[in-house]
Amino acid sequence: MIIAWVVILLTLGSVLFYLVSPWQLTPLASNWGTMDTTIQITALVTGAVFVAVNLFLAWVILRYRHRAGRRADFEPENKRLEGWLTLVTGVGIAALLAPGLWVWGDFVRAPEEAHRVEVVGQQWRWSFRLPGEDGEFGRVDPRALEADNPFGLGEDPAGLDDRLVMEPRLLLPQGQPVQLRLRSKDVLHNFQVANFRAKMDLVPGQVSHFWLTPTEPGDYQVVCAELCGIAHFAMRARIEVVAPEVFEAWRDGLPTQADWLARANPDLEAGRTHYASCAACHGASGGGNAAIQAPPLAGLTPDYLYRQLELFRHGARGTHAEDGPGQQMRPFALQLPDEAAIGDVAAYIATFEPAISPPAEAGDPRRGAGLYRTCAHCHGARGEGVAATRGPPLAGLPDWYLIRQLEHFREGIRGRHADDPYGNQMVDMAQMLVNRRAVEDVVAHITRVGTGTEE
Amino acid sequence: MGEPSREALLDEEMELVHPRTFLGKYIWSQDAKVIAIQYALTATAIGLVALVLSILIRLQLGFPGTFSLIDPSSYLQYVTMHGMIMVVYLLTAFLLGAFGNYLIPLMIGARDMAFPFLNMLSYWFYLASVLILVAGFFVPGGPTGGGWTLYPPQVISAGTPGAEGGIVLMLVSLIVFIAGFTMGGLNYVVTVLQARTRGMTLMRLPLTVWGIFMATVLALLAFPALLVAVLMLLSDLLLGSSFFMPAMLNLGEPSSHEGGSPLLYQHLFWFFGHPEVYIVALPAFGIVSDILACHARKNIFGYRMMVWALILIGVLSFVVWAHHMFVSGMSPYFGFLFATTTLIIAVPTAIKVYNWVLTLWRGNIRLTVPMLFAIGFLFTFVNGGLSGLFLGNVTVDVPLSDTYFVVGHFHMVMAVAPVLVIFAGLYHWYPKVTGRMFHQGLAKWHFWLTFLGTYVVYFPMHFMGFAGVPRRYYAYGESSFIPDSVITLNMVITLAALVVAAAQLLFLINMAWSLRRGERADPNPWGATTLEWQTPHTPPRHGNFGERLPVVYRWAYDYSVPGAPRDFLPQNQPPQAQGEEAPR
Repeated sequence: MIIAWVVILLTLGSVLFYLVSPWQLTPLASNWGTMDTTIQITALVTGAVFVAVNLFLAWVILRYRHRAGRRADFEPENKRLEGWLTLVTGVGIAALLAPGLWVWGDFVRAPEEAHRVEVVGQQWRWSFRLPGEDGEFGRVDPRALEADNPFGLGEDPAGLDDRLVMEPRLLLPQGQPVQLRLRSKDVLHNFQVANFRAKMDLVPGQVSHFWLTPTEPGDYQVVCAELCGIAHFAMRARIEVVAPEVFEAWRDGLPTQADWLARANPDLEAGRTHYASCAACHGASGGGNAAIQAPPLAGLTPDYLYRQLELFRHGARGTHAEDGPGQQMRPFALQLPDEAAIGDVAAYIATFEPAISPPAEAGDPRRGAGLYRTCAHCHGARGEGVAATRGPPLAGLPDWYLIRQLEHFREGIRGRHADDPYGNQMVDMAQMLVNRRAVEDVVAHITRVGTGTEE
Repeated sequence: MGEPSREALLDEEMELVHPRTFLGKYIWSQDAKVIAIQYALTATAIGLVALVLSILIRLQLGFPGTFSLIDPSSYLQYVTMHGMIMVVYLLTAFLLGAFGNYLIPLMIGARDMAFPFLNMLSYWFYLASVLILVAGFFVPGGPTGGGWTLYPPQVISAGTPGAEGGIVLMLVSLIVFIAGFTMGGLNYVVTVLQARTRGMTLMRLPLTVWGIFMATVLALLAFPALLVAVLMLLSDLLLGSSFFMPAMLNLGEPSSHEGGSPLLYQHLFWFFGHPEVYIVALPAFGIVSDILACHARKNIFGYRMMVWALILIGVLSFVVWAHHMFVSGMSPYFGFLFATTTLIIAVPTAIKVYNWVLTLWRGNIRLTVPMLFAIGFLFTFVNGGLSGLFLGNVTVDVPLSDTYFVVGHFHMVMAVAPVLVIFAGLYHWYPKVTGRMFHQGLAKWHFWLTFLGTYVVYFPMHFMGFAGVPRRYYAYGESSFIPDSVITLNMVITLAALVVAAAQLLFLINMAWSLRRGERADPNPWGATTLEWQTPHTPPRHGNFGERLPVVYRWAYDYSVPGAPRDFLPQNQPPQAQGEEAPR
């Protein structure tokens, strides 16, 4: 009895929820409005069946529930009724399938005029490649993948003018169809931009592809939608849909593979000169100065130093109101005249003997070791850093600095700026440290594991 | 033991080992009914592990950044183990191992399974596979966190928890499970085909037996695909072969593999994985058919159509697998074929739903506990089946694939729906298995909390999928497109999940309490027609039917036959005794 009314309430409630739910399709930003149409057709047809079947069920329960003296009918079969129901179902199914296959016919064939962008996934970041003047992508050799050749471009001369996007940010021209060619360096990933609707897996050992036309200018988030390991949830990129002229200007300013190969060796002498203003706080050999909250720099990698100096210069770090030491750092970073100077000073700092800091006094290193197993994927089992994930070394950094940075990440004081993708990732990852105690525990472990003083 | 001929298995000629010791009776038993209970208890135990894991998952999603115990690695490990346990070690084992063993011999009028020793062995293999699986929690690095689908290269590469040891235990456990299942499965098939009693034609079989039988046939054909996939994966991991592993990086370091195809694994996995959905669903379809008919006191509507629908679904389930791979990077042209086959399978499935509802139509519906669970199943299954039409239709699938829509859909259709049927079945047959009645009040609370709770848990997930929320995420921190309200919704879902979990305690308490304190049950309390209710003893003894096996004169659904004195005629009731129409 009650069950019948519950079925009625749930049925009508579900329909109501569908109509008023705040969780609907994200605003559409591509040509795949046809996909939305097929979703709506499906929702309409299945919704009608849902309501019809369940209300009939509820009515049957109410009408034919057991009463004294009642006896059920005996009707083993009703061929006519069964035939009709099969027929109607078949027609309904065909009505769902036909538009689906129709749209799929568009999806499988990219338009001739589509320009092409390669999306490269790896644990846990995105990068992009655009063809150069020749319109051809250079052939890739997975064996050639290394730090000096991040896209694994082989001997193919067609690859020399390919334009490389190392940071997880891609511009796309509005209104122009684009074919995305997807490639993975390691495991499966999936390129999903909810607003574009279309998505596809990245599979190592092959190139998969799909196409779309971005229709709405704006800033969209790329997320990974195929499980790819512990930082799967923090693997993101940005896509900006812009006017074609803006896109072209951006594209033409990108470094090519040839630029990448021919980049000048850093000038260590120039780096030493630039370092003079750093030395006041960070020490002549990068040892740091705890009294004025200047961390040691010795032992950090050029990649990380370069990236952080760029962030300081662009205001993506050191601009948060609660980041006092960061605010102090920013003017010094702005003194560096250009990117070459940043490269030089980063390379110079890398020549220092790595710093050693004493083990932290607070915190439980054993609990910290358990927490650190997640960190180890990007920062190395002994805190030595991992170039592939762009995780900087942690070994040798002092406890007070590590604690402050982790707290800053946890609270979004550092790393939340839209131009700091790896900082974004750290903000997400730092959420696993649920309180101050967890931060101290993991720091207790880091300051021991790097110096071989762990228990 | 030679070739079992049909006659040899009939009547008193079947040799049965009648042990006398406690160990022989209850532990090393060859009685299918004892083996069924062993399966049920083991599956329940490991199911409780999966339940606890699901609660840990929900706590993290509902209250992120609160529990120090749950970091990204352990989260993925919980997700992986929860999924694998529920699909294989709970649902498959419970529906086939427990219900199959208990019901097949009793319902077809046999003394036992065709091969009792093999049957016992099948259980011990299952137990071993469960223990090996659980051992994963105690090895360094813990169990695998590669997702229950165990996709390479991920699952055996760096960056995945358990890639060191846990994955090996998972793969070995699956091999042992499949070996054990094959023993049991061959047994079920041979028993159904060879050991039916006199008069029990195939078209007189209760639909429960049809469902379990078809599911077993599917499983015998599907599990080998999983077995080879697992063996090849193990070989890639331990022997350095490259079936599934292309040249790639392993956290920045070049791996030694070359030339393998990750997609090959996905094809093998889903060639098993899709029929697996029906391996779980078909027994549930069968059981729910019998429960609806019995408690509505009405024949099942369109029996022949129901049987053919089961067979058709079984056959079609082997040609739809790649709908799990629409965005996997396989040739998109496959999308046309697999979307079409997938939507075609909806037709026989819809027929089953219509026939269930039409069974109730003009019935005499007793809203007993098994009936409540059966109605709960109907509602949940209709919901989950219809959302399948979104995901099966290739174009609609693309935006929803890998989002919470998928999580909502498959939990509705192959988690909640079959679990509701398992409960329906347990309450329905509890009086026969134990000779006692369960506590009605507790059982009703159990039903309402489970049915309504799971709906609150899974229905809103579809809408998170519309909003593009990806699945298998530890947290949703820095997302521009995911509204904050999703976090609130996640909290509500977690609270509902806690209620559902607590409700399962009511079930356990009821089962245990009623075993001693429940009222003594009538041998046939529901007035059912099928043979298991006509045994001379309740619970049935070893050998099931006493001196002589029953002879079957009619189909399993002679409820409310006009002219008959009672509103049911047992299958073994001879036609002459009554003045009713000729038997079917």
